[in-house]
Amino acid sequence: MNKTLLIFRHEFRHTIKRKGFIVLTIIPPLLILLGIGIYGIVSGITKPPAEVTKIGYVDEVGGFDQFTTQGNITLVPFYTHEAATEALVSEDIKEYFVIPSDFISTGVIRRYTTQRELGPPTATTTAIKNFTSSNLLAEKVPKATAARIEEPLKLVTTTLTATGTVAPQQGGYANLVIPGIFGALLAASLAFSSAYLLQGLGAEKENRLMEILLSSVSTRQLINGKVLGIGTAGLMQVAIWVAVTPLLLILASSSIGGLISTIQIPAVLLGLAVVYFILGYLLFAVLSVGVAAVSSSVREAQTLASIFTLWSIAPFWLLSAIMAFPNSPAWVVLSIFPFSAPVLVILRLGLTGVPGWQLAASMAVLASCIFGGLVLSSKLLRTYMLMYGKRPNLGEIIRNLRRA
Amino acid sequence: MPVVEVSNVVKSYADKVAVSDLSFSVAQGEIFGLIGPNGAGKTTTIRIMMDIIKPDSGEVTILGEKLTEASKNRLGYLPEERGLYRKLTVIDSIIYLASLKGMDRYSAEEKADELLNHTGMLPYKGKKIEELSRGMGQIIQFIVTIIHNPEVVVLDEPFAGLDPVNTDLLKRILIDLRGKGKTVILSTHQMNEIEELCDRILMINQGRSVLYGKLKEIKSSYRSNSVIVDSEGDLGQVPGVIEKRTHKGYVELILDGNTTPKQVLKRLVSIGIVINRFEVATPSLNEIFLKVVGQNHE
Repeated sequence: MNKTLLIFRHEFRHTIKRKGFIVLTIIPPLLILLGIGIYGIVSGITKPPAEVTKIGYVDEVGGFDQFTTQGNITLVPFYTHEAATEALVSEDIKEYFVIPSDFISTGVIRRYTTQRELGPPTATTTAIKNFTSSNLLAEKVPKATAARIEEPLKLVTTTLTATGTVAPQQGGYANLVIPGIFGALLAASLAFSSAYLLQGLGAEKENRLMEILLSSVSTRQLINGKVLGIGTAGLMQVAIWVAVTPLLLILASSSIGGLISTIQIPAVLLGLAVVYFILGYLLFAVLSVGVAAVSSSVREAQTLASIFTLWSIAPFWLLSAIMAFPNSPAWVVLSIFPFSAPVLVILRLGLTGVPGWQLAASMAVLASCIFGGLVLSSKLLRTYMLMYGKRPNLGEIIRNLRRA
Repeated sequence: MPVVEVSNVVKSYADKVAVSDLSFSVAQGEIFGLIGPNGAGKTTTIRIMMDIIKPDSGEVTILGEKLTEASKNRLGYLPEERGLYRKLTVIDSIIYLASLKGMDRYSAEEKADELLNHTGMLPYKGKKIEELSRGMGQIIQFIVTIIHNPEVVVLDEPFAGLDPVNTDLLKRILIDLRGKGKTVILSTHQMNEIEELCDRILMINQGRSVLYGKLKEIKSSYRSNSVIVDSEGDLGQVPGVIEKRTHKGYVELILDGNTTPKQVLKRLVSIGIVINRFEVATPSLNEIFLKVVGQNHE
């Protein structure tokens, strides 16, 4: 069997048997399941009661005597403030409000409750608002106009393509969910796959295995086998996550509904996620090889590698700014910058349309950096893999690379 | 045709020349010793031979060709800096590293069982490497070096860290390999092991060859004109002897330039001395090593 293939098989098997890998593969879906479960429990607890709630009111203006049934809320009139307070204390009503005599000029309504709360519940506010506006407009405007004033508009946006046809992806928060999840998984997967590679190479250097391996295989075979083996394990991890996502979405839709039920996974996004994972992983992997070669221990290698792995999660730090201005020149530059491109492009795809030239440019830059990184890392591995116990400084590395 | 041919190899680093115009060859079926003080360039020479580092100039051919992926499978290499996958079991480590030398899983496992049994390591077959002692780990590394039946075996300090029992076991295996026509290149500081095992040697110092050839001939060329005599009673004045050095249990007689050991023996017998031992004094390899390296340091 080809030696690259032998190393690939060994690294793949070794990686997927690691406890860390198994835990990382099952933890994200479990966390999402847990989130759905918690949401179900919390929403069950806080769900508005189905039975009718009585809310009292004192009308100091006069004329607020119609429309006293607002959904599940029944409004009970009281003639005095004291009578309403007495009913509240004796729990005949849940709360009450007063429409003061200057309400028409001030708009102020005073609400009284025995509950300590952050703010009035939406259902109560809506009921009082609809009750007051309906009474104010009664017999002055047609019913349909009154209804429109209560709910002035429902804004429906349709995104068109450059040719004027309806765009397949209509945007919105729902469309950010999947790229957001993919981006987070991609960043985690890139960071962990690079960490496995660093640990593997670092351990081989620490355990003095490198010379034994290099007496059987070439530097290139060693790098290719390792990078592909660990990368395939990482890709398998992403594939498992992607495969369980529809199941989780179905579960979430039945439980959470609303926004979640509108989520779709576009095939283009899936394809691009795979492409950016492969490119991003290959870049981080070849650089990890170089870092492992010049480091004296696994710990030191991981510290050094964080210089570029941190870039993969950087888009999440800037997420609110990216959401506000998805087409800012800063994000365009960072979408082409190889370390931030894989995750940032996926995130931006959920927010806005990323022009083809930007996708092409970022892929081309990534591919060039992978090739350059491979050449550089091969030289570093050959030069420094047999140097134990000390880390060369940057000047030495540059000098030796020129000689290599 | 030599099995290993190193021609005019030069390797230098930023601050020093590690190997300077070094040439030697190793024949099939011999145990060849590579000796020299610390930092002499032995390990660099071996790494160049194994194509792990590239020389600045010069050429190495092994088994008649420059080292290729295919010819790497015909070599066994035990480096000085050596280790194994600590989390893997003994058998998994052996099978993986043997597969990189072109062996299939079945043959590797069969041969591993045979070698583990031969070295008394079979009970540890399923243990993780991290559970073994350092000496046991070295035996496993040695098994990995020879499992694929290589034609050339290169060993860098193979006896370091081994107890006398395992050292003896290793020596017997090396002699056995030579008996099967394999070529063994041995680099070590332990001169007694070289004397015991090697047919020819190369001594290098500061990257240069300082002694090269058959061990017997080298020792002979460094022989001083003296004899060792273990006798009963005082030898008295012996014609042709210019100095008498008394050691515990024997006397070393330094002869003048015109007297041979045979003449001295004849004279001692003729005057009735009872001789228990009489031999031509030959310096040990250690003495030669110290002498040569000392000269080079001066």
